[in-house]
Amino acid sequence: MTATAVESRSRTGSGSASRSRRRGVSPLILAFVLVPFVIEAIWVFWPALQGFWLALTSWDGLSAPRFIGFGNFGDMVSDPIFRTALKNTAIWLVLFGGLSVIGGFGMALLLQRERRGVGIYRAALFTPVVFSLVVTALIWRVFYQPDGLVDTVFRTVGLGNFVRPWLADPDTALYAVIVPALWRQIGYVMVLYLAGLKAVDPALYEAAKVDGASAWQRTRYVTIPQLKGVNSVVLSVIVIDSLRSFDIVWSMTKGGPYHSSELLSTYMYSTAFQSTQLGYASALAVVIFVLALAVILGYLIRAFREES
Amino acid sequence: MIRRTGYHVAMSIVSFLWVAPILWVIVISFRSFDDVAANGLGSLPHSFTLSTYKSAWEDADEFRALINSLLVTIPAVLLSLGLASIAAYGLARYSIPFRRTILLLMLMGNLLPPQILLIPISRFVELIGYYDTLIALIAVHVGFGLGFYTFVLHGFMRDLPREIQEAATIDGAGPGRIYSSVILPLTRPALAALGALSFTWIFNDLLWSITVIRSGEKMPVTPALLGLQGLFVSSWNVIAAGTVIAAVPTVAVFLRFQKHFVGGLAIGAVK
Repeated sequence: MTATAVESRSRTGSGSASRSRRRGVSPLILAFVLVPFVIEAIWVFWPALQGFWLALTSWDGLSAPRFIGFGNFGDMVSDPIFRTALKNTAIWLVLFGGLSVIGGFGMALLLQRERRGVGIYRAALFTPVVFSLVVTALIWRVFYQPDGLVDTVFRTVGLGNFVRPWLADPDTALYAVIVPALWRQIGYVMVLYLAGLKAVDPALYEAAKVDGASAWQRTRYVTIPQLKGVNSVVLSVIVIDSLRSFDIVWSMTKGGPYHSSELLSTYMYSTAFQSTQLGYASALAVVIFVLALAVILGYLIRAFREES
Repeated sequence: MIRRTGYHVAMSIVSFLWVAPILWVIVISFRSFDDVAANGLGSLPHSFTLSTYKSAWEDADEFRALINSLLVTIPAVLLSLGLASIAAYGLARYSIPFRRTILLLMLMGNLLPPQILLIPISRFVELIGYYDTLIALIAVHVGFGLGFYTFVLHGFMRDLPREIQEAATIDGAGPGRIYSSVILPLTRPALAALGALSFTWIFNDLLWSITVIRSGEKMPVTPALLGLQGLFVSSWNVIAAGTVIAAVPTVAVFLRFQKHFVGGLAIGAVK
C-alpha cells in the first residue's frame, strides 16, 4: 500500500469530481484546510520555533533575551538538579511505562473473552482513566497521610516498621507518586490492548487449537506477533506520556522533597514560572523535545504508512 | 468449574481493589472533622455529614471553578471539533496540494511536548492582551488539539464511500453543502467519540490553566482543587469532598457516552 495506489485510485474516480480536481480545488475547500492549519500554526508551530530560539538565550523575562548560544546546555551538565530530574525521568519511563504495559496487557489477556461479569471487571479497571490526574493525586494524598489508609493497612498486618511519611521522605516520594500514576494508566493501556486483541482473527486461534497448541503457546505464538501494530502505538503513547508527565507529580510533591521526585517536566515548569530563568527553562524543554522526537518520528512513520 | 470460580473470585478481588480508593475517598468526604481527628483517616466512618460539601462548594468557591471549567471546555470542544472536521473533510475528500504533508505536520504539532510551548505561549497571550482570560485558555486548547482530531477524523472520512459524494455532486450540491449534509452526519460516531474524549482532556487539564490563568476567580476546577489544599490545610474530609465534586462532570460525560468514550481511546491508538 503506497502513495501511488491512492493516487491512481483517486484518479480513476469518475465524473465531475475528478474534472474539478484537475481544474484545482475550490476556494472554500482551501479555506476549510487553511483556517485550521493557520490556527495551529499560530498556537503551536510558531511558539515551538520561538521555544527553540529562547533555548539559546539567557532571559529573566524582564530585559530583552540575550543570545548565549549553547550556554544553557553547558550549564545543564553541571546542574545536579537537572541530573536528578533526568535520572528520575528515566526511572519514570521504565517503571511507569514498563509496569503499565505489563499490567495493561496482562489484564487485557485476562479480560479479552466475552463472558459473564467481564464487563464489570473491565469497567472497574477502567474507571480511574475518567478522573483527572489532579483528582487521582488528591485521592492518593489522602491515603498517604500519616493516619491514612496505607499506614493503617501496614500497621494492621504487622508491618508497622514500613510506616513512613511517604511523600515527604526523599527515598520514597518518587515511587509513592508512580503508584497512583500506574493505577490510572493500567486501565488505559488495557483498553488499547483489548481493541488490538479484538482485531486478531479468531480463525488463527482455532487453527492453533486444532494443532494442539496450549493456551500459553497460543498467546506466545499467535497473539503476541499479531499485536505488533498495537505494541508500537502503546509504546509511543507511553514514552510521550512519560516525558509529558507533570500533573500528578506537581499535585503530589511539586518535585520535592529536595527535588527527589523531580522530573524534567516539573523542573522545566518551576524554572520557568517560579525562578523565571526563561532561557534555561526553554533549553530544558528542548531536551524533553529531543527525547520525545525519536518516538514521535517512529509514530509518524507508522501513521504515514497507515495513511497510504 | 473450579477454574471458572477461581477466575471470578480473583478478578472480583482485583476489581474491588481497583475501585476501593475511589469508594474510600467518597466515604471520607462524608465524615465530620471531629470524627477524622479522633479516629484518623484510615478508620471506618463514625459520622455522616454534608458540611464538607458545603465548605468545598461555597467557602472554597468550587461552584465558580466548575462554571469556569465549563465555560472553557464546551466552547473549546465545539470549536476544535468544528475546525478539525472541516480540515479533515478538505484533506480527505479533495486533492489539496501537499495534503499528506499538511496532515502530518498537524499531527506532529499535537505530539510535541507542551513544555516547549509554555513560555512562548504565556508571552504571546500577554502580548495580545489576553493573559489571565478564559478566552486564551480556549484558544490554547483548540490550537493544541486540532492536529490529533483532524488526523482521526481524516481517517474516518477517507473511508466513507466515494459514491455518496458523487451522487450529491450530480444533484448539484457544492462542497460546503456536501460537508454539512452528507459527510458530517456520517461522521457522527467519530465526532461523538472525540467529543467525549476531548471533554475530559480539556476539563481535566492542569498545565495550560496554571500557565495562562493567574487570578483565583478565573481558575478552572482542576487547578482550583489544588488550591483547596492551601485553604483547608489537613482538612482532608473537605478536600475529599472537593475532589468528588471536581470528578462529577467527567464521570457524567463518561456514563453518558461510555461506548463512544472507550471506542475513542481505541481509535486514537489502534487506527
